[in-house]
Amino acid sequence: MELNVRQRRVDSTGIDAHDRRLLEQIQEGLPLVPRPFADIAGRLGMAEAEVIARIERLCGEGVIKRMGVVVRHRSLGYDANAMVVWDVPDTRVDALGQCFARFPFVTLCYQRPRRGARWPYNLFCMIHGKDRDAVLDKVVELTEACGVGEVRHQVLFSRRCFKQRGANYRRGCP
Amino acid sequence: MMDEVDRIIINELQEGFPVCERPYAAAAEKLGLTEAVLIERLGRLLEDGVLSRFGPLIHAEQLGGGLTLAAMQVPAADLERVIEQVNAFPEVAHNYERDHVLNLWFVLATERPEQVGAVIAAIESCTGYPVYNFPKEEEYFLNLRLAV
Repeated sequence: MELNVRQRRVDSTGIDAHDRRLLEQIQEGLPLVPRPFADIAGRLGMAEAEVIARIERLCGEGVIKRMGVVVRHRSLGYDANAMVVWDVPDTRVDALGQCFARFPFVTLCYQRPRRGARWPYNLFCMIHGKDRDAVLDKVVELTEACGVGEVRHQVLFSRRCFKQRGANYRRGCP
Repeated sequence: MMDEVDRIIINELQEGFPVCERPYAAAAEKLGLTEAVLIERLGRLLEDGVLSRFGPLIHAEQLGGGLTLAAMQVPAADLERVIEQVNAFPEVAHNYERDHVLNLWFVLATERPEQVGAVIAAIESCTGYPVYNFPKEEEYFLNLRLAV
């Protein structure tokens, strides 16, 4: 297993109309049949090999971040989730973002803009845990491992989640 | 309830899924399962709501869509009304109440990047509160790959 943290700037790729139709077919999920790509190919009037080649290319280009399961954290007993935000010096933000992203409990890690005195934070991480104490323990672990003891941060636990769906890129979804 | 096999499936398939003619057979072999058992288990985990989805995780901006994180400061007395109004926007993908002065945090996904501003303006005018926009400037992520 090769394990590496990458940093990706958003850039444009050569997505064509066939790619878009293909992504629309698979964005809600892969068919649970022995040859799912043949099934999708049939719906699109493409060859199975072409579907496979396109998906591999889209994975390579980063349009598809990964294939696999998307878990509902709460159903697995991960009842607490926090957005942890840090006011990191601009010169250290890349190094710390990469350090944070190495931890498996950090599910997302982004640099985002500060918004004046009321929001001085520029590095955002999502951390999931079985309960709030578990999340706070992980924040301490990150703080020590990445050497950010002196960096101002805040832990924003979620109280309620009102809407959770995968982003859907077609127009007119409910 | 979930058993050990379910756990193995979830842990393993969070890190990837093969793209080939018989991907379930290939993944099942690695897990010491049969293709039929893996397919049946995935179906049940989806049905039980343990998994929200099985398939690709798509990168919105790479597809040409707009995506941002937005936040609002809403007084407690007005929170339920605002939550309802915000959730009614089809572009709102997730919406969380959080412990902070900025107490409402939601993700906006639009078909094109330039639509984000219009949706934010519409939410501001319909709720009467300002919306803070926190677009992603850089993403740090863990990349798991099987060495060939």
